[in-house]
Amino acid sequence: MLTLADHILDITENSVRAGAKLIEISIEEDTARDRLVIEIRDDGHGMNKEVIQKVLDPFFTTKTVRRVGLGLPLLKDAAERSQGDFFLESQQNSGTTVRASFGLRHLDRQPLGAIISTVIILIISNSQVDFFYKHRHNDRRFELDTREIRKEIDDVPINHPEIIKYIRAAMEEGLREIESEA
Amino acid sequence: MAKLTIDDLKKIKEKVHKEMSLRDGDRRVRITVHMGTCGIASGAKEVMDSLLEEIEAAKVNDVVVTTSGCMGLCSREPLVTVEVINQEPIKYEYVNPNKMRQIFKRHVLAGEVQTPFVLAKGSEVIK
Repeated sequence: MLTLADHILDITENSVRAGAKLIEISIEEDTARDRLVIEIRDDGHGMNKEVIQKVLDPFFTTKTVRRVGLGLPLLKDAAERSQGDFFLESQQNSGTTVRASFGLRHLDRQPLGAIISTVIILIISNSQVDFFYKHRHNDRRFELDTREIRKEIDDVPINHPEIIKYIRAAMEEGLREIESEA
Repeated sequence: MAKLTIDDLKKIKEKVHKEMSLRDGDRRVRITVHMGTCGIASGAKEVMDSLLEEIEAAKVNDVVVTTSGCMGLCSREPLVTVEVINQEPIKYEYVNPNKMRQIFKRHVLAGEVQTPFVLAKGSEVIK
């Protein structure tokens, strides 16, 4: 994983596999505190205590096609490399929250990377799931909620090329306005 | 540029509705980009970006794009599966944006399987 957007794309797949209907992705950049916090929150089926203890073990996975599960361990490592923290909270039948913080200006912090592509790929490949993207840079905010988009487009599928073009343009505009430094 | 608003979505909806009645293409091809941890780490996102660009440029509406998780062949990622209707699925290995563009133009649009990049023919069987 070279960028934080790659981690987000990867971790969110866990939420989709957990049957989430709504996935919230939040990115907060705080210049004064030199902190970058990424949070992914879902309403999927969650994990029990046993599983929670094992998910950070690279040799634990719920899949059967291979014997390693690297998504969460890689994110935790990326956070700790930049003097950040990793936090995981999950409740069975109500959802999971993954939060990783990073030193915003730390030399070893991975760049945010292609976050727009990431969100678009998530929407295209999981058109039954809703995504709520929130990005804050100090006091400026940008939000994109697929539930609001769905309300306007009636029977047009959210992964229709024209709608995707709109989402890309809206995100490009929004992120330019908040002047993201990540 | 004027700020995008919800009203723009309404206009897009009307435009799409008009086009839908003009040409309602059936789904002819499904392209799956494998996006597990391994796929993402080896560049599946860039592959997906180039595929979406090609689809937009070709203005086709009978191609569905989707993603899937890791299928256990992490060392050969990025993997892409092309399923043309009524044909066996073809799995491509070590795909990069350039190979993706070639696969799209030659295989998806022109029907020529790009043999040098092929990993396997047929569906995976997960035990």
